[in-house]
Amino acid sequence: MPRPGFVLDVDRSTPPILFWRGENFSLEKLPAGRSRVIYAPEPLPAIDDVDGAIRNALLNPIDQDPLPAQLFAGMKLTIAFDDVSLPLPKMQRPDIRQRVIEAVLDLAAEAGVDDVHIISALALHRRMTEAELRHAVGDRVYDAFAPRGLLYQHDAEDPENLAYLGATPHGEDVEINKRAAESDLLVYVNINLVAMDGGWKSTATGLASYKSLRHHHNPDTMIHSRSFMDQHRSELHKSNWRMGKVLLDSGVKVFQIETTLNTDTFPSPFGFLAKREWEWKPSDRMTYIGTTKALNRTPNRIARNIFHSIEAPHQMTSVQAGEVEAVHRITTEHVYKQQLVEVKGQTDILTLGIPYISPYNVHSIMNPILVMCMGLGYYFNMYKGMPLVREGGVIIMTHPTRPEFHPVHHPSYIDFFEQVLADTTDPHVMSQKWEKQYAEDEWYRHLYRTTYAYHGVHPFYMWYWGSHALKHCGRIIVVGGDPKTVRRLGFVPASTMDDALEIASDVVGRTPTITHLHAPPLMVADVS
Amino acid sequence: MISERLAGRRIAVTGATGFVGTALVERLLRSVPDCTVVLLVRNGRRTSAVDRVRKEILKNNAFDRLRAELGADFDATMARRLSVVAGDVGTDGLGLNDADRTTFATCDVIIHSAASVSFDSPLDSAVEVNLLGPTRIANLLNDHGPRDDGTFPHLVAVSTCYVAGNRRGTAPEELVSDGPFDIGLNWRTEVAAARRLRGDSEAASRLPENLARFRSEARSELGAAGAPALAEKTEQIRERWVKDRLVEAGRTRAASVGWPDAYAFTKALGEQALTESKGAVPVSIVRPSIIESALAEPTPGWIRGFRMAEPVIISYARGLLDQFPGVPEGTVDVIPVDIVVAAIIAVAALGPSEAPAITQVASGSTNPLKYRTLVDNVRDWFTEHPIYDSQGQPIVVPDWKFPGRGTVEKQLTRAKTLITRGEKVLQALPLRGTQAEWSAKLEDRRSDVERALEYVELYGLYTECEAIYSVDNLLSINDRLDDEDRRNFCVDPRVVDWPTYISTIHLPSIVLHSRVKTTPGKTVVDRADRLRKQVLDPRRHVAAFDLENTLISSNVVESYSWLATRRLNSPERLRYVLRTLREGPSLMSMDRKDRSDFLRYFYRRYEDAPVEQIDADARELLAQLIMTKSFPAGLRRVREHRALGHRTILITGAMSFAVEGLRPLFDEIVAAEMTVRPDGTYSGELSRVPPTGETRAQVLADYCAAEGLRLEESIAYADSSSDLPMLEAVGFPVAVNPETRLAAIARKRGWLVENWEKAEGGPRPLLPIGPRVSDGEQKRFTTRTGRIGTRRNDR
Repeated sequence: MPRPGFVLDVDRSTPPILFWRGENFSLEKLPAGRSRVIYAPEPLPAIDDVDGAIRNALLNPIDQDPLPAQLFAGMKLTIAFDDVSLPLPKMQRPDIRQRVIEAVLDLAAEAGVDDVHIISALALHRRMTEAELRHAVGDRVYDAFAPRGLLYQHDAEDPENLAYLGATPHGEDVEINKRAAESDLLVYVNINLVAMDGGWKSTATGLASYKSLRHHHNPDTMIHSRSFMDQHRSELHKSNWRMGKVLLDSGVKVFQIETTLNTDTFPSPFGFLAKREWEWKPSDRMTYIGTTKALNRTPNRIARNIFHSIEAPHQMTSVQAGEVEAVHRITTEHVYKQQLVEVKGQTDILTLGIPYISPYNVHSIMNPILVMCMGLGYYFNMYKGMPLVREGGVIIMTHPTRPEFHPVHHPSYIDFFEQVLADTTDPHVMSQKWEKQYAEDEWYRHLYRTTYAYHGVHPFYMWYWGSHALKHCGRIIVVGGDPKTVRRLGFVPASTMDDALEIASDVVGRTPTITHLHAPPLMVADVS
Repeated sequence: MISERLAGRRIAVTGATGFVGTALVERLLRSVPDCTVVLLVRNGRRTSAVDRVRKEILKNNAFDRLRAELGADFDATMARRLSVVAGDVGTDGLGLNDADRTTFATCDVIIHSAASVSFDSPLDSAVEVNLLGPTRIANLLNDHGPRDDGTFPHLVAVSTCYVAGNRRGTAPEELVSDGPFDIGLNWRTEVAAARRLRGDSEAASRLPENLARFRSEARSELGAAGAPALAEKTEQIRERWVKDRLVEAGRTRAASVGWPDAYAFTKALGEQALTESKGAVPVSIVRPSIIESALAEPTPGWIRGFRMAEPVIISYARGLLDQFPGVPEGTVDVIPVDIVVAAIIAVAALGPSEAPAITQVASGSTNPLKYRTLVDNVRDWFTEHPIYDSQGQPIVVPDWKFPGRGTVEKQLTRAKTLITRGEKVLQALPLRGTQAEWSAKLEDRRSDVERALEYVELYGLYTECEAIYSVDNLLSINDRLDDEDRRNFCVDPRVVDWPTYISTIHLPSIVLHSRVKTTPGKTVVDRADRLRKQVLDPRRHVAAFDLENTLISSNVVESYSWLATRRLNSPERLRYVLRTLREGPSLMSMDRKDRSDFLRYFYRRYEDAPVEQIDADARELLAQLIMTKSFPAGLRRVREHRALGHRTILITGAMSFAVEGLRPLFDEIVAAEMTVRPDGTYSGELSRVPPTGETRAQVLADYCAAEGLRLEESIAYADSSSDLPMLEAVGFPVAVNPETRLAAIARKRGWLVENWEKAEGGPRPLLPIGPRVSDGEQKRFTTRTGRIGTRRNDR
């Protein structure tokens, strides 16, 4: 029986706590008596018969006819799937998407469906490479569809292949992939890693155009999403749900398949990363020392390659299919069951160890903007109820925050860093002053469409992601970060955790309460 | 007395654009209210003599005082009292037209102050101006005949005390040829010899072995910059060589017959020639010593041009020169310019009958300035008012030593040799960007040392002149002046208090003139920022970019390798890599010789490549090679230009398909194009040879002409000296990650230099090898035979 999440009160006997620092980690001693550490629940047991469960979900969907009943010869069937941003880290083969897509294709074949398109729903993310596509959908599906041009990637900037479906009562344009919109049935294959994923966000965001996305990816929506992990208090989700209504009304038929994974994040040699420090065995300690010592002597580029080759032993804990909203309700329950940790009260200082990976740098570089997004956009938002850190409190992140960028994946990030952040770090100001220029830039559009680059506007979205935290917190400190880079982000650099606490003291006093979110593995704090 | 005697007179002045000339004209106009002045001025290369007078004389700050005194009447007064005749003392008959000749020859006084004063002028030009100039004027006057009243104008010729030559003891106010040290030189022989030497040197410079050397020197300086640029540079080097030989000839000839330099030597023979050929013309000679800034008139410290002591003093203040030959108790014979001017005017006023034949204007015999006094005052002053280096740090002046000339020269020569050697080593290394600037800095340092060495060689000779110039005639003129004259035209060298003159008049003035930094701290606007602002100005028209090492750190061989290996299996890849590595050196040397030939030869390797396959692979090339190796700041700059409404043009030797992915950045891409065979494969032959060297400049010029845009409003970005013609053709050249030679050139010419780097942290593939495609993808094109990169000879 896996143990639930746990909040540890740090006392004098508590060993130093593990903090992620990009492609490395450190052990930090937190002050006794006023610090606590939030640990994620242990991975839930997986479903043994994954293929059986998938088939069962397809044959017995929620609030919809069984999938075979919806398939007929001569129909247009489109299967859309979540892109490379999920799950994190990438899961060991076979990927759950491959299993679901193969099951759907089997049923389609039985029904004599021969017009099938498979689309990677990447919104404004970068296109997936061939290797990444093969990893997600499997070689069999790839070889059968890709060479004939039937397996491809959504293009949010291709006017020929987008369909405008109308606007919500709030005036939000709904424009999604034309093939998906015009199919007799759209099957969406999702991986619900966190509570934010899935539901109408799958289709209304994953398959949308920039014109449509900008209505909910902006500072106002983001600042009023409290949090992204709590659908009912998230403007982002409300907007997506309104768009879902437009999709339904315009006749788009969606068969939603959602899956949840347990938090079995790291394979065996890295097992200690998910363990509670006082339970470390001598072998864990040795591995920790060996790994950090070795990483200190490893060039960044190589360390990065080592970490990005990690494949997680994630296992499926649930699969449900059918009507979008009904399916998503059950999915969310499963996610919460795995990730929710009850926490009493807010804290003065929230400490976060930023790891090497975020949804936007798979096989790539965690650049400074993504560091900000990971800390203030994701980890800060890992709450239900109220933020872990009190209003006016301090966030301390640990990450090297080097001014490093992937030239192919993040070209507009480089310019955003040099141009926009040099000018302003205020999400509202930059959205007024700079966003349009980047969003409509011909060169970024060209790179997004033909190479493996994120859309020109993407760095803005990453920055907006942290809008609420920027407004909420009194100071952001980065321990171990490159000082010039950290200052460019508008944060304060500190060389050690002690220095950071010292720097925080003029905002939160000399004896602040401190809370450390011990992630990954991921968790959501239910703060009351 | 002076104003009365000169009132209503017409006075001609030669050399009015010079230091003494300007002060002289100003003083005549201001202090002799009723005279008129005729200026004999050479036409400039682009400006007429009249314009030169307006720009170079009347706009000089010497006239500020007169302008203030006259107020609104200044222009009218100048028009009334000042006239200009275009002529040149370097040509027989002074190059005057008939009317001007009459104007000139009928003046009452002619003051000849034109001279080639540069201490390193070529022997022949010094001879033409200094030696023959006075004689030409005398000849012209004699030819013209006496004026209406039967007299000839009074010719006052300005010479120099140093005509006395290198000697110790008193130098009296008499012709050298009349003194005991005359060695009986014939000036006509010297003129003929100097002219022949010019002809001989010109001929020698055209000897095949010399021309070959100039050419190879030009090539090593410019690299593969194309034939026209090379030709221009070669000719420059040849002319420079001829000049150097004539300068050297002047120096050695002067030294061989006992003068410190060609200037003093030709002036001495000039006096002799004038005396011989003056005929009926009455002549007075005025000989100043070393003329320095004004004591009081028109303003204390007024100086024009950088003369003898100034560069030495400033070099010392900048810490470049910490020693200068000379003995501490020696005399430095300096005389303020206003005393010289007053003496000349006094001689003119006295007229031919009363004025001494020769008047020396010097300080050494009556009010000597000792070398040690000068040095101590200079050091104290710069210790109190240091000048600042480029980092805003004050420069501490060194303790002055008084070594012999040989020691100083030896030290400087050694420093120069070392620096030159270091420079050669750096130039031979394949450096770029910041490292390349080391070499440019070293070159700066070398030119500093070279200049210091030059000063020591040139002026050091003067410190060996220990003659004392007697000024008996000057003092007797002084005695004849009345009080008003003494107030307005002070000719007495004894009035100068040297320490005061040095520290309150001369040094402040030359520091101001030399435009050295006199305040601490860095300059507010960085020079690069200023240049960048000019480049990113909406008024610009076209921004032209080179590709390799300017926007991406890659080359044609890499993109070929990437495309060629993409569809090879592992053993084939290994063979490819080995073969290419083996070929490397010969390819490189071919590229250095002629880029077009290299490209033509290399691109033949694309023969038989299926167009469809190359196009498909080229799309991946953008992501995997070009973007990976791109300089983000460079791409951003292209886009900034577009945003400003500039046209952007890419001029590259790469194949058109390889740069197709960059299309959205540019209005125009000029690249190599290859013909396609009917079966859909590339022929390996170029239908358009890519522009290299000077053709790039031509391509850009043609583009501008066709689009109605202006080259001088355009910008060019390039990394190598082979792009010099293009960089020189535009108004705003930018050197990007320049290799050593270009870095040196860019620094010298004050071009903007950008150092752009690849994205930090990005992938750094060791070899430009295309990642293998999957079998399925491979099948799309295997029906075609043409797999590039596999053939053994791989032509």
